[in-house]
Amino acid sequence: MAGAVSVEMPRGGFSFELCKRNAALAAAGMKPPTPVKTGTTIAGLIFKDGVVLGADTRATEGSVVADKNCAKIHYMAKNIYCCGAGTAADTEYTTLQISSELELHRLETGRKPRVGTALRMLKQHLFHYQGHIGAYLVLGGVDITGPNLYTVHAHGSTDKLPYVSMGSGSLAAMATFEDRFRPNMDVSVKTFKFGISRKSEKEAVQLVRDAIVAGIFNDLGSGSNVDICIITADKTEYIRPFDVANEKGERTGDYRYARGTTAVLETSVRKFEVTSETVTSAEPMES
Amino acid sequence: MSIMEYNGSAVVAMVGRGCVAIAADRRLGIQAQTVSTDFQKIFQMNDTLYVGLPGLATDILTVSNQLRFYVNLYQLRENRQIQPNTFMHLTSNILYSRRFGPFFVEPVVAGLDTKTHQPYIATMDLIGCPMETKDFVVGGTCTEQLYGMCESLWRPDMVRCTNDCSCLQTPCSTPLYNTPCSHFRFRIPIKITC
Repeated sequence: MAGAVSVEMPRGGFSFELCKRNAALAAAGMKPPTPVKTGTTIAGLIFKDGVVLGADTRATEGSVVADKNCAKIHYMAKNIYCCGAGTAADTEYTTLQISSELELHRLETGRKPRVGTALRMLKQHLFHYQGHIGAYLVLGGVDITGPNLYTVHAHGSTDKLPYVSMGSGSLAAMATFEDRFRPNMDVSVKTFKFGISRKSEKEAVQLVRDAIVAGIFNDLGSGSNVDICIITADKTEYIRPFDVANEKGERTGDYRYARGTTAVLETSVRKFEVTSETVTSAEPMES
Repeated sequence: MSIMEYNGSAVVAMVGRGCVAIAADRRLGIQAQTVSTDFQKIFQMNDTLYVGLPGLATDILTVSNQLRFYVNLYQLRENRQIQPNTFMHLTSNILYSRRFGPFFVEPVVAGLDTKTHQPYIATMDLIGCPMETKDFVVGGTCTEQLYGMCESLWRPDMVRCTNDCSCLQTPCSTPLYNTPCSHFRFRIPIKITC
């Protein structure tokens, strides 16, 4: 079979084979399209028992809303979640990559992953690409050391803070936090049926929700709904959507077109058979 | 002038009751000059899965061939049809691997789940950011006009015939970066009855 065309299976990682062509196109005056940015308001805060993360759900492409309900709170580990702002593809893939590495690390160490580990992996990855990967993240989780909340910028710098906000709506969210945040949100403890105080959690969640809503209504790059993720030592709740802040209006007119308005030139119908698929386990080969 | 406008394109996909529809224009131009009126932009990957590729024509050809390659490999390895969700992630991965020297296509995926026959549509930007919606997705040079038409015309739970009409009407009525003589090709998977 020598001499047959050998196809190279691509290796992982980035491929730069089109860079030269794209540079030539740009030099010829062809502007490349803008990738989808998340615009965004993302925020997080630490309360007594854990971390609350919040995000809006709008993704923009220039000045057009590309996705009215995108998920900006990404899974890193069962006890660690990460909100992403900046270039949407970058936040998506960076968090996926680090989530993968974190899982492998967890299997290797046999321990529940730490937020600091995820942070270190993220910042080293982003610094390596010198800011060209436009991912601005809010990383939060609860591990053996307690609740942790960090921000990560695209160039690789990080901050460890009790309350954070990122994205174009970060000023609106931060204004809300600066006004109402208290450390350890531990109001008069009322023991409920299960013996857990829920009041501190409710207040914290309400504050994050209000911060995101401030971003949604005051920033053009943020909009639609509020997603919330509450991480505590024993469990994680990912509530999507937590608050539908913008309901779509009811259309009053009827714009239906009659059949035949647009002439059909040709129709070809391909029917296909639905066959049942059964997966049988293979017998291991005789050694 | 933007690279995406060099050849011109319009692709739209919509969800109906138990069906999806995908439509695209067929013009191939070199800026203002129309070179062809039957250029294929929708490619069939599988019995119930289609992908529409608006953007630079050379990248449409390259990406469609690459997708065909990977889908074939998947089918040989897994011995089953690829799910639309998986295919979307596959495409997204191919595009993101060229993050710093991207393909100038913004794919639109439309299909039915191979087992449950749930309709599925998604689109991506040129570096693979996935956007899955429940109603419609658009791509190409006249996305703003297409968004306007889709927002006005789309209703939930449209049956097949009205799904065709809405999907057809959308590209026809919008002022596209193409000539009136181009015609539109439809792909609608037939509803399964066992």
